[in-house]
Amino acid sequence: MSRALLAEWIKLRSLRSTWYALGCLFFVGLGITALSSNAAQQAYADAGDAWDPTAHSLTTYIVAQLIVGVLGILVVTSEFATGLIRTTLTATPRRHRVLAAKVVLAAGVAVVAGQALMFAAFLIGQPLLARQGVPNAGLGDPGVLRAVFGGGLYLALIALLSVGLGTIMRATAGALATLVGIVFLVPALAGLFPSWMRGLFDFWPTLGAAAALGTVPDPDFPHPWWNLAGLAVGVAAVLAAAFVVLRRRDV
Amino acid sequence: MAMIDVRGLTKRYGPATVVDDLSFTVEAGQVTGFLGPNGAGKTTTMRMIVGLAAPDRGSVTVDGRRYADFPVPLTEVGALLDAGAVHPGRTAYDHLRALAASNGLPRRRVGEVLARTGMDAVAGKRAGGFSLGMRQRLGIAATLLGDPRVLIFDEPVNGLDPEGIRWARELMRSLAAEGRAVLVSSHLMSEMAQTADRLVVVGRGRLIADTSVSELMRAAGEGSVQVRAGDPVTLALRLSTAGATVREGLESSLLVSGMTAEDIGKLAAYHGLALSELTPQRASLEDAFMALTKDSVEYQGVAA
Repeated sequence: MSRALLAEWIKLRSLRSTWYALGCLFFVGLGITALSSNAAQQAYADAGDAWDPTAHSLTTYIVAQLIVGVLGILVVTSEFATGLIRTTLTATPRRHRVLAAKVVLAAGVAVVAGQALMFAAFLIGQPLLARQGVPNAGLGDPGVLRAVFGGGLYLALIALLSVGLGTIMRATAGALATLVGIVFLVPALAGLFPSWMRGLFDFWPTLGAAAALGTVPDPDFPHPWWNLAGLAVGVAAVLAAAFVVLRRRDV
Repeated sequence: MAMIDVRGLTKRYGPATVVDDLSFTVEAGQVTGFLGPNGAGKTTTMRMIVGLAAPDRGSVTVDGRRYADFPVPLTEVGALLDAGAVHPGRTAYDHLRALAASNGLPRRRVGEVLARTGMDAVAGKRAGGFSLGMRQRLGIAATLLGDPRVLIFDEPVNGLDPEGIRWARELMRSLAAEGRAVLVSSHLMSEMAQTADRLVVVGRGRLIADTSVSELMRAAGEGSVQVRAGDPVTLALRLSTAGATVREGLESSLLVSGMTAEDIGKLAAYHGLALSELTPQRASLEDAFMALTKDSVEYQGVAA
């Protein structure tokens, strides 16, 4: 297992695209934080009592999850696209080790990058909010550390979901389209779904599962940590399916 | 003992049976040529040997064990199935380094195989810029990482220049001379004739012949003799009378089969006919191959 993990780490770090994606994550992620913070007065006026400066500086997660997702997808699909997967699985015929190594690695990278991004977004966002003259928060305020930490955790779960989707779909385009559907389209069209399906939204990405990224309780999702745990269960189910199909399919 | 033992291997993709009840062995210390026209099931068979594809029936073992059971497979089997199977953005060195790491092989092996394949000068270059020949060399380097006793190459000389083809041929010969079992696929008989000790010929997934190169030559017939004479018409008559088969060759030469060059010469001398040429034609392995596989090629071209 540790051999497979070292091999995957060498593969990941030796590609420029990995570093471009990470650079892009911080550039875009923090850029959006800066933009949204500068436009905070209107948001404050709209929110009134529900104003949550922590959640406002962390909204960048909406775009960041897509970039983290691309990274997670590419960890798997770049091997299928180039045929490298055959070399990889010939060298490590116990296929579950390869996927387990990719899962651990993607989770590790996403946790580190996700936490760094969330903390940076908070620490850059709050002074900008202060300059706009709207109420802002400090890391020591109640619930703030938990929300920022939850943001990093959320991004790591999205990365794992992407590894699973990449393994099941085997093609970058298909996996990415599915991810966009999950994190953007379903939430955008949430109102169209029948009510019995809405139970799923409690732990759906960008919906209930993202409720942990705020300090002011959301009346729709009153138990943010249960919601995030629900997302974790869903991601685990996708990964379990990924392990099964990788084991069964010819490559 | 056979290093690779293929028994009753069968693989279907939908309605098509790609490999059909195929059995053969690959012995140590020999180059075994795996020959067949395109679509004969060579690559699928090789994928099943290393566990990339699961057979529908039959079994394949390497040194008596299932491939997936090897704890450190790269030290048992080196397989080059697709030279394109590298990430274009990764350097040759990093590609091999990751492979070595996956099997716990020391880093120095990377340098050693790069040197053996003449790739050390481009080790730090990204594989995307490599020619097909360089990718073949990189793929061959990867097979040697674990110093395995069994080597499998799928069309390894594709894309190599004449110097590279010669290098690959000599490498395979030397790998076999070191006591390793080498299985090399090709659709070119001429290539195999110079490299292989044994030939496993397949067509449409079935075994057509499992033989040595010399036996195949013999089976293809003794070949013919090209003869030129001052009076070809008379000579042809005499030869036919003596039981030989005579065909017209190029530029009024005669192609004689069923009689050795020595006997043709004696016959001509007996009848006082002057010969200007008497050349035994080696039986073409290519012809033998075509004769063996002509019923099993997937797409047959029609001569215009």
